[in-house]
Amino acid sequence: MENFEPVLLANIHRPDSHTLAAYEATGGYQTLRRALRELSPAQVVDEVRRSGLRGRGGAGFPTGLKWSFLPADHPGPIYLCVNADESEPGTFCNRVLMELDPHQVLEGTILSAYATRATTAYIYLRYEYPLALRRLQAAIDEAYAAGYLGKNILGSNFSLDVYIHRGAGAYICGEETGLIESIEGKRAWPRSKPPFPAVEGLFRKPTVVNNVETLACVKHIVERGADWFRTIGVPPAPDDPRDPGSFGPKLFCISGHVNRPGCYEAPLGISCRELIEKFGGGVWKGRRAKAVVPGGLSTGLLSADELDVPMDFVGPVQKGCLGLGTGGVIVMDETYPIIEFLHNSCRFFAHESCGQCTPCREGTSWALQIVRRIKAGRGRLVDLDLLLEIADNIGIIPGTTICGLADGAAWPMKTAIRKFREELEDYIKRTNPTGYKIRRPVPALDNGTCSQKGSSVSFQA
Amino acid sequence: MNDKQTVTEAPCETGRQVLNDDLRERIRAYLPRYPSPRAVVLPALHLIQQELGWVSPQAVRELATLLGIPAPEIQDTLSFYGFFKQQKPLGKYRVWVCRSLSCAICGGEDLLGYLQEKWRIEPGDTTADGRFTLEAAECLGACEMAPAVLINESIHARVTREKLDEILDQLP
Repeated sequence: MENFEPVLLANIHRPDSHTLAAYEATGGYQTLRRALRELSPAQVVDEVRRSGLRGRGGAGFPTGLKWSFLPADHPGPIYLCVNADESEPGTFCNRVLMELDPHQVLEGTILSAYATRATTAYIYLRYEYPLALRRLQAAIDEAYAAGYLGKNILGSNFSLDVYIHRGAGAYICGEETGLIESIEGKRAWPRSKPPFPAVEGLFRKPTVVNNVETLACVKHIVERGADWFRTIGVPPAPDDPRDPGSFGPKLFCISGHVNRPGCYEAPLGISCRELIEKFGGGVWKGRRAKAVVPGGLSTGLLSADELDVPMDFVGPVQKGCLGLGTGGVIVMDETYPIIEFLHNSCRFFAHESCGQCTPCREGTSWALQIVRRIKAGRGRLVDLDLLLEIADNIGIIPGTTICGLADGAAWPMKTAIRKFREELEDYIKRTNPTGYKIRRPVPALDNGTCSQKGSSVSFQA
Repeated sequence: MNDKQTVTEAPCETGRQVLNDDLRERIRAYLPRYPSPRAVVLPALHLIQQELGWVSPQAVRELATLLGIPAPEIQDTLSFYGFFKQQKPLGKYRVWVCRSLSCAICGGEDLLGYLQEKWRIEPGDTTADGRFTLEAAECLGACEMAPAVLINESIHARVTREKLDEILDQLP
C-alpha cells in the first residue's frame, strides 16, 4: 500500500483528461499500436490469463479464463459487450472512468476485442449517465477519426466497430445474459446457462461480456505485463487450491455517512477500515460506524467490529457477505436504524426483480411486505425467521433462480438479521408492544402503506 | 445490410402518422449497427419518447411496421422497462430523486417526500401543468453526490429542500 501509485485513475486530474489529445500526451494508444504490431490475439489472452485479472463487475470471474471459453476457429462474428450498466447501489466507479478517462476504457476495449477476435463491440450504457454518454461518444468519434477504430486499425488486419447501446433503467440488465437480451431488443430476462455467452451469446453468436473497469485493467496488463499486475494485491491462499488470488488495483466507491465520499483507487486487499478512514475521511459528524456495505448493496453488511476485513475477493465472504461485489462501500453511522436499511434494500430488490423466476419475484415482494409491516409497528418476532427463510431459499446458491439477483436480495436480509438481530427485535418489541409475540398469520398492510399505527412512523431523514 | 425492414408501411388507424419522416429516418439509421431489426427497438423507443414525450400504442404499431416485426414483440419489450411512458407524455422536466441506500441515508427520502407534497403527486406522475414528472430513482450512480437528483440530463449534487427549490425555480 505504501508504494502504490494509482493506475486506473492516474490521469483523471489532468486538464481535459477525457480528450484524445490529453490521452495521447500520456502515452495513450501506444499499447494498442505495439500490441497490433507485436502480439497475436492468443498472446494477449495469455497475458491476461497469467495476470490473474478477475472481473470487476461483481462476480469476480477470471477474465482470461472467460475469454478462453470462446470456440477456436469460429467463423464469426464474435461480439464483445462492454457492461456499463453500473446500477449496483453504492457504485459509480465505471461512471468516473467513462467521464474522466473514456479513451482508457476504449483502448482496453479495443485490445480485448483484438484478443477475443470480436469485430463489433456494444457498450451497454445505463440511461442515467448522460455525461458519460457524451464523453464516450466523443471519444469514439475521435478514435474513429484517428484510425484507432474502424477498418484495418492502424494498418493492421484487425477491424472493429464500437456502438453505444443505451439502457432504460433496469438493474437486471447488468446481468450478462439480461444485458444480451436487452441489446437484442427484448425484455432483459436472464438466460439459463449453459450455453454460456462465450458459446452462444448475443444474436446467438460467441460473445464476451466484460465490465468497464475490467477492460481498463486489460490496457495496463498488456502495457506493463502480467508479472507487474501480480505485484499488486493478494496472492492465492496457499491452503485453497481454488482461490485464483486477488491481483491488481481496484476502484472503491465510498459513500454514505463519511466525510469525503468519492471514488478511490487502492490495491485489492486494503482493509475496509483503511478505506473509510484514509480515503473516506472517517465517519461524519465525529460519529462511529454501525454497519458498512462492503461492495454494493447486494453484498450485505459488515458490522462495526468486522471492518479490518481485507477488501479482496475472499475477505468479505469470510465475514458472511456475498463477496467483494463492485467495491461500493456504503457507511452507516451509529444513529442509523437497521430496520431502515432492511426496508431500503428489500424495496430495491422487489422493484428490480425481473419477474422471470417465481422464488425471486414472490420472495422479494413478500419480504418487502413483511419489512414494511415491521417498520410500520406491526412486526412479530417470528417475522425475522420468516425473512431468513425467504433469504435462505432464493437465488443461485440455493439453486432456485436463473440469475444472482435473488442472492443479492438475500444477503442484505441475512446479514442484517444475523448481525443485528438484537436491534431488530428491540425495534419490534418497542413499536408493537402488544403484538410482537403473536405467531399466527397477521394481515398485510393495505397497499403496503402505513395505514393504521404506521402513519406515525416516518422516514428517517 | 438490412433489407428485412422493407415491409410496405400500412396506413395507421387514425389516418395520421405519429412518427414523422425525420424520426423514421433517425430510427432507420440504427439498423446497420445490428444484425437484427429487433435490436433497434430500444434505441427507437428512446428516440420516440424523446421526441413525443411518450410511447403511445399508435407509435408502437407504426414502429412495428417500420422495423418489420410484430407489434406485440415491441409491446413486450416496452412494458418491461418502466422508463417508458405508455399512458401520457412526460412533463417538460423529468425529476429523478434517488432513493437508494447512499442517497436515502443522506436525505434522499426526505427530498422525494417533499416534492410529493409540494406538487401533490406520486412518483411516476406529472404535474397538471405538464411541467414536472416526478420519479423515484433506484441508484443514479452518483452516490458521492448524495443526495443526488437528476433533472433531464443534469445531475445535481448534495441537494437540500432549499437548493432543490432554487434549482427548480431557475429552470426555464
